[in-house]
This record gives sequence, C-alpha cells and structure tokens, in this order.
Amino acid sequence: MDTSTTITHDEHRDDEASKLGMWLFIFTELLLFAGLFIVYGVYRYENQEAFHSAGKELSVPIGTINTVILLISSATIAMASSAIRFKNKKLTIRLLVVTLLMALIFMVNKYFEWTGKIEHGYLPGTDTLMNMEQGKVLFYGLYFFMTGLHALHIIVGVILITIVVIRVNKNTLSDENPVLLDNAGLYWHLVDLIWIFLFPLFYLIA
Amino acid sequence: MTQNESNQTHVSFRDVETRFKGLFAWVFSTDHKRIGLLYLYSIVTFFLTGVALGIAMKLELMAPGRDVMDPETYNAIFTLHGVIMIFLVVVPGLPAIFGNFFLPIMIGAKDVAFPKLNLMSWWLYVLGALVALSSLFMADGPPDTGWTFYAPYSFKTNTNVLPAVIGAFILGFSSILTGINFIVTIHRLRAPGMGWFKMPLFPWTLYGTGWIQILATPIVGITLLMIVGERLFSIGFFDPALGGDPILYQHLFWIYSHPAVYIMILPAMGAISEIIPTFANKTIFGYKAIVISTLAIAFVGYFVWGHHMFTSGMSGTALYTFSLLTFLVAIPSAIKVFNWVSTLHKASIQLEAPFFWAVSFVFVFMIGGLSGLALGALATNVHLHDTAFVVAHFHYIVFGGVGFAFLGAIHYWFPKMWGRMYNKKRAITGWVLFFIGFNTLYLPMFFLGISGMPRRYYDYVERFHGPNIVSTIGSWVLLIGLVVIIYNLVRSAKKGEPAVKNPWGGKTLEWTVDSPPTLENFEDIPEVTKGPYDYR
Repeated sequence: MDTSTTITHDEHRDDEASKLGMWLFIFTELLLFAGLFIVYGVYRYENQEAFHSAGKELSVPIGTINTVILLISSATIAMASSAIRFKNKKLTIRLLVVTLLMALIFMVNKYFEWTGKIEHGYLPGTDTLMNMEQGKVLFYGLYFFMTGLHALHIIVGVILITIVVIRVNKNTLSDENPVLLDNAGLYWHLVDLIWIFLFPLFYLIA
Repeated sequence: MTQNESNQTHVSFRDVETRFKGLFAWVFSTDHKRIGLLYLYSIVTFFLTGVALGIAMKLELMAPGRDVMDPETYNAIFTLHGVIMIFLVVVPGLPAIFGNFFLPIMIGAKDVAFPKLNLMSWWLYVLGALVALSSLFMADGPPDTGWTFYAPYSFKTNTNVLPAVIGAFILGFSSILTGINFIVTIHRLRAPGMGWFKMPLFPWTLYGTGWIQILATPIVGITLLMIVGERLFSIGFFDPALGGDPILYQHLFWIYSHPAVYIMILPAMGAISEIIPTFANKTIFGYKAIVISTLAIAFVGYFVWGHHMFTSGMSGTALYTFSLLTFLVAIPSAIKVFNWVSTLHKASIQLEAPFFWAVSFVFVFMIGGLSGLALGALATNVHLHDTAFVVAHFHYIVFGGVGFAFLGAIHYWFPKMWGRMYNKKRAITGWVLFFIGFNTLYLPMFFLGISGMPRRYYDYVERFHGPNIVSTIGSWVLLIGLVVIIYNLVRSAKKGEPAVKNPWGGKTLEWTVDSPPTLENFEDIPEVTKGPYDYR
C-alpha cells in the first residue's frame, strides 16, 4: 500500500479479494435456488403421478439442445479466460461473442418453449390451468418460476459479458487485470450449473 | 493538489475535499466512515418512525375496547412496526453503522475490500426502504399481515403486501452485499501481524454475522419472491386451494428469520465485548471461548427455526429435535454472559455511560434468554405460543439486547465518530430513564402472556387491564429517556468538548487514530504484535 497519500480508495486492487467475493456471491445464488429446489422436492414427493405425466409434456429434444448450448457457452467463456492471458485480444472477443450467441439461442428456444406452453393454457393464473389437477398446477407453477428465474440470470449474465466485451475491446481489461472476465465466467458457470439441475428435474425424470 | 495532500494527514474525514460538495459528498462517498454515518442517519430516522408506531400501539392497549384506533389500523401498525424495525433497523443496525465505521479501523485497514459495493449496499437499502414504505401511500393501505407475511393470508389480503415484500427482498440483497464485503475485508485486509486470534471481538462477531447474512438471507429472498409469484400469478406453492402447503412457507420463512435474530444479536454481543474490557481496564476473560461461541451460535442458530412452529403440527421427531437444538444454542450465549461477568470480577471499573449500557445489556439479555428457554420447551410453548409472553421475550432480546448494545456502542464510539465528548451526566440520566421505562414496558407483558393475553389484538378482556396500564406508562418513560439521549448526543456532536484520541483507555486499534479519523484512517498501516485487549 504505497497509496497512503492519495485521496482515492480505488487505487487498491486485490484480485484474490474479488474472486473470494464472487464465490461468496455464488453461494448466495445457490441458496436462492436451493429454496426452490426444496419446494420442488416436497411437491414432487406429494404429487408423484401428476409430476410424472406433466414432465412428459415437456420437449426433451429442446431441453437437450439448450443443455448442450449452455455447456458449449461455458466452455467458450472459460477459453476466453485463457485467451486473454495469452494476450490474444481478438480470440478473447470472439470467444465471448460466441458465448453471447449461445445465450441468445438459449433464450430463443426458451421463448418458443414458453409460448407453446402458454398456448396450451399452462401459464399459472389462467383459468385452464387452475381447473386442472393440483399436481399439474404446482408443476407448471414451479416450471415457469424456476426456468423464469434462471432465464433472468441468463439476461444478467449477458449484460455482464457484454460489459466485459466492451472493456476488452477498449483495452481496459487485459491480461494484467483479467479478474472481471474470470468472475463473469464464474457467474456464467453458475447459470450453467443451475440449468444442469433444472433439466433433469423437469424434462427427464418422467 | 500536493499541498492539499501533505495537509491531509490530520484532516477529519468529514472535512476532506472531495469531488462533490454538500450532500452529494456524502451520498456518493465510498469512504466507509461516511457510509457508516449515512446508515446511522437513515436507520435512526426509521427507528424513530418505528418507535412512534410502537407508542401508538401501547396507547391503544391502555384500556380495553377501542381507544384511539380501529382494529384495521392496529393490524397495519403492528405490521409496519415489525417490518420497519426488523428489516430497516435491527438487521442492518449494528453491522451497517458500527461495522462500516469501525471494522476497517479495528483490523488496521484503510477501507473495506469493496468500497463501491459498500456504497451500492447503502443505495439498495434506501431503495428497499422507499419501496417498502411506498405501501403506506398507495390506494389499498399498508399491509396487515404482520411482519412474517404468513401464507395464505399474505396473498389473499387486499392491502399493499406486494411493495412491502419486494422492499424486503431488496433490503435482503443489501444485507447480503454488506455480509460479503465484511467477510472479504476480514480475510484480506487485516493488518500485518493480526492473526485470526489477535482480531478484536467486534470484527469476529461481524464475521459470524456475515456468514449468516450470506447463507440465510437468500432463502427468505426466494420465499418473498414466491409470495410475489402467488400474488401476481397464483403459482399455488402456498395456496391449499391449488395443492400448496402454507406450512412450507413458515418453514422457508423461519429458515432465514431465525438466523436473522443472530444477525441482530451477534454484533451486539461484539460491541458489548469491546465495551466491557475497556471500562473494566482488564483483559477480556476467555477471549477464545467468546470467539468459538460466536461461531457456534452462527452455526447452531441455523438449525433451530422449527421452534417458531411448535403448534403448527410438525411430527414428534421434528418437535423434539428443534427443541433440543434450541436448548443447545442457549449454551454459547450463556458462555458469553459468563465471560463478561468474569471480566468484571476484581476489575477496576470506570463508571461511564457505555459501561452502564453494557451491564444493563447483560441484565436484560439474561431475562430475554431465560424466557426463551421457557418458549423453547415444548410443553410450556403450547401454553405461551402467540401470547404477549413471546412479545416480551422478543423485545427483551431484540430491543433490550440489540437496542441496549446499540446505545452502548454509540456512547462508547461517539468521541471517535464525532471527535467530541457528550455530557456524561445527561447520558447517565438518559440511561436511567430508558432502563426503568424499558422494564416497566415489557416486564408486565410476561405476566400478561402467562395469564393468556394473546398478541396482535387491539382489544382485551378487563382482567388484563392493570398490567397494560403499567406497560403503557413504561412506554412513556422509555420515550422520555430516548429524547434525553438523542438530545444529548445531537447537541454534543456540535457543541461538545473536543475528544482526545483515547478518552476511555481502550486498547483496540480505533483508539490509536485521530478523533475523528482521517480519510485514510492510518498514515501507516500498523504492525500488530499484541492481542486486542492487552491490559494486564
């Protein structure tokens, strides 16, 4: 700390601290979803038949495609973290843009999936769903709530990665201070990880 | 600029030239001390609002029947009192004010690990507060659910539950970010030589608190979001009509909200552990026992939430387990009381206002803690559940415990924060009034609870009349005490005698820096060679 006489506090930089902070934040995110997983667990146990049949109505191919897409995007952002350390700005940006594209495709798939389900009247709060059996109401309540919250996290991730791309492009983020890119990557892996749990819970165990 | 920098060494953080002027120099400051004071001013404002609501409730309860308000208003008032006091005052209270101001100084750092995030936490706090309080001014009136937002009523009532719940969610986010900030600060920014067991106890309790904030708050966050989902989309998770289970809501709510009381009380215990050795002029007794019991409370406190739901129809196994764990969590708290009392044994005590607050904290905290055991035992709980006894117990812990520790802390650190001394006689007068008022207000509620007066009713039968009058009069005495205290502190902040660096003879690092501290706290980061309470 040789900055004792300067006025700004921002001179101080501690990458270890930034990473530690990010990991702690990831804990909180996991626990946020944990609450929903508990609710899912309880209602799946209580309504096994209904969850079973409702799960069959979801499209496994679309779910699988989205899983693969997210896994690829996780790989590309991890590669971007390496690329920036090799001082390869062009490759870094390309890899990040691929990540963003994957996120976009995921959201487009999600859009078609959701609109399909909404057309069938499965949106919580609509009369069609409310008149179905209780297990189905809960299944679709959970489906929209959990995938919705996950999609919100995708959007936040997209914003974060876009900021990283802009900063890499302006050379304010480089091999000397790659911690923001690493943290964006950590966040993106978290989003990926949560999907890895959502996919079997809703699409596969049927 | 260089001229300015060389003069910077002994300029108070309040007088430092910054990019912005006036109010903006505060609300956009990333200085942990200014942020701590921002929290102080906002929290005190909400506290006074909460006090006013509390006084109004006591006024209504002075006599049976309708006195000053109708039942709907009473429902709204106890809800607002709870929401404001819990989410806006007590949960952020000590960590956000004294944690922000003193954590970096006490561990020998120039600021917290993420100063910008710290400022953002305050902004989120303000945003959350505004959203929550907006429910007051909208068409359908303030929520009437109680601060617990129990399902299914919380999504059946027509009052403005939605803004209150969303506000609480935002406040939770602010609390999490503060927790992350403090944990990282403690891990990364301790001064050279300050090993974990050379760290003062207030930072230790902030560390335990930080972990609870991180691990428990997201659960209530998601639970509140589910209430939003229920209200907006009828997702049915807690609606029996749609197959949901309201008891599940209670579980999820208390998984956070029980640890939340440890978020409140741990920093309070930390502040008491700072005050007692200073005024006893003596090393704290059993430093390591206090540290370990702090972590034990944080850990065990996570597994006792079921004791809020003993009458909700859980299985016998669950009841016994939660009851046993509740008794277990009392042990580390009792260890601390033992340590504080032992520190005072054969000590040469300075009788100053902070000391009076600290010992009275131990007194009221013990009443609160022991009455908690009566509630944690299954058989007595059935009798006492949802009575005024619970209200008395809770206020002895949260107002008696956290409130007394808060007032003790502000009297202890006042000279450091404002660089001035307060009028000591007036401070002690305020304490006497407050202490008498507090006990007059809440002790009768134990007896009312045992004889069966339920909580949350605006009316009662005639035989409860006597103790309720005493209680209401107590609320007035407490209010007078509070006015004396606030008047004394506000006046002294401007006109008090200038304070020296170390007016009480404290040994922790905050007493080695200027009063008030400079922007960077330390000219050179100190080397720590001794333990925090190096008296004799």
